[in-house]
Formats: sequence, structure tokens, C-alpha cells
Amino acid sequence: MKSYDIVVIGGGPAGMAAALAAHKNQVKNILIIERDLELGGILNQCIHNGFGLHHFKKELTGPEYSNLVTLELQKTNIEIMTDSMVLKLDHDNDNKTVYAINGKLGLMKIKAKAIILAMGCRERTRGAIRIHGARPAGVYTAGTAQRLINIDGYMPGKKVVILGSGDIGLIMARRMTLEGAKVEAVLEIMPYSNGLTRNIVQCLNDFSIPLMLSHTVTKIHGKERVEGVSITKVDMNLCPIKTTEQFIPCDTVLLSVGLIPENEISRACGIMIDRKTAGPIVGELRQTSKEGIFSCGNVLHVHDLVDFVSEEGYLAGFGAAQYIHNNLNPDFTHTTIPGDGINTVVPQKINAKNITDNIKLFMRVKKVYTNCAINAYIGDKLIAHKKENKFLPAEMVSLTIKKEDLFNNTNAEILIKIEQI
Amino acid sequence: MKTLINMTCICCPLGCDLEIDKSGTEFIVTGNKCLRGKKYAIEEITLPKRIVTSTVKITGGRHPVIPVKTSAAIPKEKIFTIMDILANVEITAPINVGDVVVKNIADTGVDIVATGA
Repeated sequence: MKSYDIVVIGGGPAGMAAALAAHKNQVKNILIIERDLELGGILNQCIHNGFGLHHFKKELTGPEYSNLVTLELQKTNIEIMTDSMVLKLDHDNDNKTVYAINGKLGLMKIKAKAIILAMGCRERTRGAIRIHGARPAGVYTAGTAQRLINIDGYMPGKKVVILGSGDIGLIMARRMTLEGAKVEAVLEIMPYSNGLTRNIVQCLNDFSIPLMLSHTVTKIHGKERVEGVSITKVDMNLCPIKTTEQFIPCDTVLLSVGLIPENEISRACGIMIDRKTAGPIVGELRQTSKEGIFSCGNVLHVHDLVDFVSEEGYLAGFGAAQYIHNNLNPDFTHTTIPGDGINTVVPQKINAKNITDNIKLFMRVKKVYTNCAINAYIGDKLIAHKKENKFLPAEMVSLTIKKEDLFNNTNAEILIKIEQI
Repeated sequence: MKTLINMTCICCPLGCDLEIDKSGTEFIVTGNKCLRGKKYAIEEITLPKRIVTSTVKITGGRHPVIPVKTSAAIPKEKIFTIMDILANVEITAPINVGDVVVKNIADTGVDIVATGA
């Protein structure tokens, strides 16, 4: 049986960063297992620009970002196994086994001292939102359409309605328009957009594509191929208002209705999952509830920017290296609690003994808040404060906690909440 | 007569609703909460520019198409002219990231470069 210090599952930006960080921290024997034919994950099909402003200090396209990280990897002796799928993890005390499969080697059992989960996320589909109608061809998730156009060179439709204003949906509205399709509208059930403002302006406004807020698709028409959709306004409870129904003829429906971290193998090996993030519950170095298993990137919580995925990958890689060198303190000194207005917080736990620097908490708010602050408290003591004119659910917020505040207040809960200024 | 233009600023997550009065000799920008908003508004009116990203056909590559971009931002009104040219471009592998695929596209002085290999 092959044996490694660290096996990284997933060769996207999170997994690549984690492997590089572990390598930099004197871990010799690292393997990355990637399902696709090449490294890079979702970046390879994100051919638009806007990546890397934080991490590389320049504006790159997805493939360029992926290429820069891949070049860094090629300078190391990190092993890479592509076109291979991980089926299962076994975790008995110190003994961890990764079960993987590919066409050449068949089923493999690989031993690992530490495992880093970096499998990314997957799109919610039509089944997840239950739209009425038959099952005609022409209904795709936005990411599937993106792969068809940008990698396979295949145009999936000519007259398009997009449901959901997530960033991939907005990016695809522009992409399909550039390739000659007519995008009739982008519908969003919420009263606000789920995408970044930059994408609304440059992907929709630039091409006069209407964004219809508080609207949804109630039926997809067509038997063999999509022939159109019925759309309606929704009320305050997000219920369709029948009298506002209208028909839009189209041959394609793209869905951009949310992303779900892909944690089947994490769940199956008993890792504790946060119901809100749908990713593992982790500590400050992204250690999960199973000793020696770490998690980073979109499999942990869905990010808006790849830059923060890379940053998190480095943390997990560093954490796994500390574990390999027996420098990682187990257990936790602090718990983070999402209070009023806060939907998710990562990390959920902190061990102050593992911290050499201030730490960042990443969170999402529940709805749009204006003129508010996000405050973090230990007991009555305010330990961190961030004021913004606007907090949006679509944009992840980070809050820095000073290490002194953690050292001085051990065994405590950190409550994070939104407060009016 | 007052000529008003409305737009959303994209310099930060705030997304200020800007109103620009261009009736006088100078642009008067209102609604911006910082100076970047004013700069953005004036650029967007006088010479809006965008990076265009797309794909072109490739033979002998791993996939049928390869991603490309304009090496710098181009005037917004040239976007579809560039797309029309790219629709008929076919290249042959091997191609490296950064290789020039089309020189001086649509007389913009900007090249189309490969962003994938």
C-alpha cells in the first residue's frame, strides 16, 4: 500500500495552496488526488477576469490564476494523480486510509498521516428548487453551461432565461450574449441580488439585460426542448403572485441558485458538519472534528473570491504540517457563535495555543444591512468591530481578532452580531 | 438643459447610485460617498473600457477551444467587433499562456493573448 504524510483530496485552488503550504513547512511526502484531467478545478472554466487582485496583486483570468499556482507546484516534488476519484476515507485513530479509483490502476488503498479535504462545491439543480413542468432538454446549471462553452466549445442555446442572480449566472449572462445568444432576463426570487455589484454592472447593465428582483420561474414549458417559462412576481413570503404571471419564450434555462459544499465523503467518515455552512466544523487551522483531517476552500464554506480560497488553503496546509510535526494542540479554547444577523462564521472553534498571529473570522450576514457594525464580544467585552455602510449576504465579511484578546480570555465563547450604529 | 446619467459605482461593495450632470463644461457627480466614485463615473462616461475574455478554436489541444483575453482594456463599443473577429480565429497547439493569438485586434492597439495552455 502506498503511504504519504499528507493526501490532499481535490486539485483546485484550495487543494493546490494547501499542498504548497505543507511543502513549505517541511512536509516531504505529499499527494494531490484530482478528479478531472488537469489541476485547477473550477478556475479552468472561469475564463473571465477579476481573479488574483488580493493574492497576486494583479487582475487575472481563472486559467491564468490556475496556471501560476500549477507552475509553483511543478517546482516541488508534490505528487499529482489526476483523472482519479476518491470514494471513501477510513479514520481509525492514527490510521487513515484513502480509497481512490482510476482507469489505469483500478481501486487503490492509500495510507495517509493527514488528509486535507478540498473537494469544492457543486451547484444546486432544478431538483433542489422544484420547478413545475416536463423534463425537456435545455435546462442547465450555469456552471454546466460555462463548462460546455468555455472548455468543450459547445453553445447550449440561443434564447436564454437565467434563474438566480448568483455570480456564475451573471457571468454566464454576459458570456452567452457575447457568443450570440439573446439573454431575455435574469430572475431573482429575493428582493436583492446574490451576485457581486461589479458583475451586475459589467455583465447585465453593459448589455441591457434586465434583472428582475422578487421574480421566479413557476413553470418550464416544452416536451422535447424548452419552449419557454412562466414567471411571476413573489410576495414578501417568496410565494408566487398568480395574477402577475407572464410567459417568456426561450429555448434554454440556466440555473444559478446556490452552491453546496460537496461533503459526502466527509460525512461518511463521521466528520461533524455545520448545518449553516454545510461544511465541516473546523478550528483556526481548519482542523475538522476528526484528528488529522483538515478542510479548506469551497468544501468548507462557499467563497466569493478565489484569493480567500488560496489563503484558507495555506492555513489548512500549515495546520496539517503542524500536525505531522506533532506541534498541533488538540481541543479548543474558544467557540465562535453567530449572533443577531450573522448566518455563518468560520472557523467555528479556536485553539489560542496554535495561534502565533491575529486571526480572521469569515462570516456571512443574513440579509442586507445598512449603516451597521459587526461586533465580536467575549462576555461583555468588545474585542473586534467592523463598520460598513452596507453588508450584503453576497459578500463574505472578515473580522480580525487580536491574539492578545484570545490569550487574555481563554475558555470562552466569542459572540458575533450585527448592531445598529 | 440638464442632462443626467445614472449608474452604479463598482469600486467597492457599497455600490453607490451615482448621478452625473454633464450639461456644463465640467461633470458634476453626486451620490458618490468617496472620490473613487467620481473618477469612475467620469471614466465610464468619457471612455468606458473593458477587458474582453473569450475562447478561440484550437486544433491539437486538450480541448476544442482555448481561453483568450485582450491584453489590456479596450473601448466598450468594440466588444462585439472583437467577438466577430474571434469567431473565425483558429490556432494550432502548442500554445502557452501569454502567447499572442491576434495582434492589434480591431485596430485597438491591443493584442489577443492566450490565457490557457
